[in-house]
Amino acid sequence: MQRLPDKQSPFASLRRDTPGDLVFKALLALCCVLVLLLTLYPIYFVVIASVSSPDLVSTGQVWLFPRDLSWFGYEQILADDRIWNGYRNTLLYAVAGTALNLLVTMPAAFTLSRREFRPRRVLMFFFAFTMFFSGGLIPMYLLLRDLNLLDNWLVFILPSAVNVFNLIIARSFFEHSLPEELHEAASIDGANYFQFFLKIALPLSMPILSVIGLYYLVQHWNDFFTGLVFVRDYSLQPLQIVLRDILISNQAFSGGAGGAGGAGAGSYAQQYADQIKYGVIVVSTLPVIVLYPFLQRYFEKGVMIGAVKG
Amino acid sequence: MTSAATARTAGGLAPRRAPGPVHRLKRHFRRYWQLWVMVAPAVAFVAVFAYVPMYGLQLAFREFDFAAGITGGDWVGLKYFQQFFDSPQFWTLLRNTVVISVSTLAAGFIAPIALALMVNQVLGRRRKKFLQTATYLPHFISIVVIVGMLQVFLSPTSGLITRVAGLFGVDDANFLGSASAFVPVYVLSEVWQHAGWNSIIYLAALSSVDPQLYEAAKIDGAGRFSIIRHVDVPALVPTMIVLLILNMGNVLNTGFEKIFLMQNPLNLGVSEVIATYVYKIGILSNQFSYATAIGLFNTLINFAFLVVANQIAKRVSNTSLW
Repeated sequence: MQRLPDKQSPFASLRRDTPGDLVFKALLALCCVLVLLLTLYPIYFVVIASVSSPDLVSTGQVWLFPRDLSWFGYEQILADDRIWNGYRNTLLYAVAGTALNLLVTMPAAFTLSRREFRPRRVLMFFFAFTMFFSGGLIPMYLLLRDLNLLDNWLVFILPSAVNVFNLIIARSFFEHSLPEELHEAASIDGANYFQFFLKIALPLSMPILSVIGLYYLVQHWNDFFTGLVFVRDYSLQPLQIVLRDILISNQAFSGGAGGAGGAGAGSYAQQYADQIKYGVIVVSTLPVIVLYPFLQRYFEKGVMIGAVKG
Repeated sequence: MTSAATARTAGGLAPRRAPGPVHRLKRHFRRYWQLWVMVAPAVAFVAVFAYVPMYGLQLAFREFDFAAGITGGDWVGLKYFQQFFDSPQFWTLLRNTVVISVSTLAAGFIAPIALALMVNQVLGRRRKKFLQTATYLPHFISIVVIVGMLQVFLSPTSGLITRVAGLFGVDDANFLGSASAFVPVYVLSEVWQHAGWNSIIYLAALSSVDPQLYEAAKIDGAGRFSIIRHVDVPALVPTMIVLLILNMGNVLNTGFEKIFLMQNPLNLGVSEVIATYVYKIGILSNQFSYATAIGLFNTLINFAFLVVANQIAKRVSNTSLW
């Protein structure tokens, strides 16, 4: 039978909707709308709240559209050095980190995908074991201390150089999408492994390179743990630590607003602090959200490839 | 470890003329040195940043000695484990950890399945795609921002969710400051953030169901719900088992970062878990040996659960990780 793009369509075309079908469809539509609302509305609300008058937001008068546009929050954010310093640090760590990640992960994944390479099983175990067992926080801390990586920007990129999950995804990709004939043909032409990898395998694996590149990039962008545990020097801290201080620890802004940690609920300062928070959420999450529609098919592809049991 | 292992696998080749092991090793490296060069950096990074800390676990059985380093302190056996089991926090930490992780695992296991079954019913590729894409958007928001959003949405009187709850007759709810709300808030926000992402894999499994099965079921007079039950759900079982086993290895793993960020003096009674306690004892108060012992206890329990779950799955369904 010819495969139809949607599996439900065969019966839809076979006969008319019964009352039961109608009820089912109505329930389904209701559930879908509910799920969409629950997922997207909070994000939408953050965006409109960040540009509406704080008074109206805090008294619940902003629901669907921004009201009484106010850029107070963004003005405060623009004037705050910490956020931009954090932004710059995070950009640096994310770009340098992802470059190192790919440089280390892709060749290793290639080696692990070569069937004629006997030690690959042992090596696979060597990598996979670390997914289920680890030394834990303190031995890691002491190791990084001994390596002089505490309070050192390299701590943001070196320990996370290899993500075993991404390594396995890339390996599965090489295994399933590089035909053996390709390697045979290349070796008949006298290509060695380096040449085969660089000239044939890598150009063919741009999809997977983008997928795991994105995974690594998001991982670096959202990394909070490293800064929290291993870094004291505030000038090195990434965006996420700065966000924590503003969003959760309620640290005061340079303009004096925002420091409403202990203030009574509904107080004047609280409203302005909240508006700054909405703005900070938008500013920090914007890169991911803006790129998202363009990148989402890559993200999904990664899950699919990773799901292939190898 | 690697070189010994190499020798062993190379020995498994059993060649015709059986040259000496040294000779075979030489031949192996002559043929494959480039592959070794490509995998070497990854091996080195994992060896240093994953296996050296594992070696450092012996600190759990030693007295930490600042001058002698990780492995130089006096051997004290199980002293620190005993200290942990005897400490008044032990049962509280264990209970909190298990409650948070088990409820997260349960909700986080069911929600993506339900979502996938629902999205799969939607007619039309584009609508389906949109629904799917929209639901996994929150997966990429950072934990700090998620907790920040929780704080503004749940803030007493002015928060969005607090006001919505007010419409339903829950007045002046303080979700952030109450111990009983901590676990539900944590679990629901986890589901909100990750259900869409985790449903991708189930949707892929559903899209590979043979359309003839649906038609056959339809001809047999099956209604929509019984098609879901008898065709869709069975198609998901292998994926469910693999994910369930993987999750079992995380029974005592709670999201350290999120819990840590959500902690406040009012909810500490239910929100202090092993991971946050290790951080506080180890990093903040420098009791390295004690914190290592607690961390090792956590890791071992997880590992045991993973192995047991894998064995059970192997027996029951022939689906397993190894």
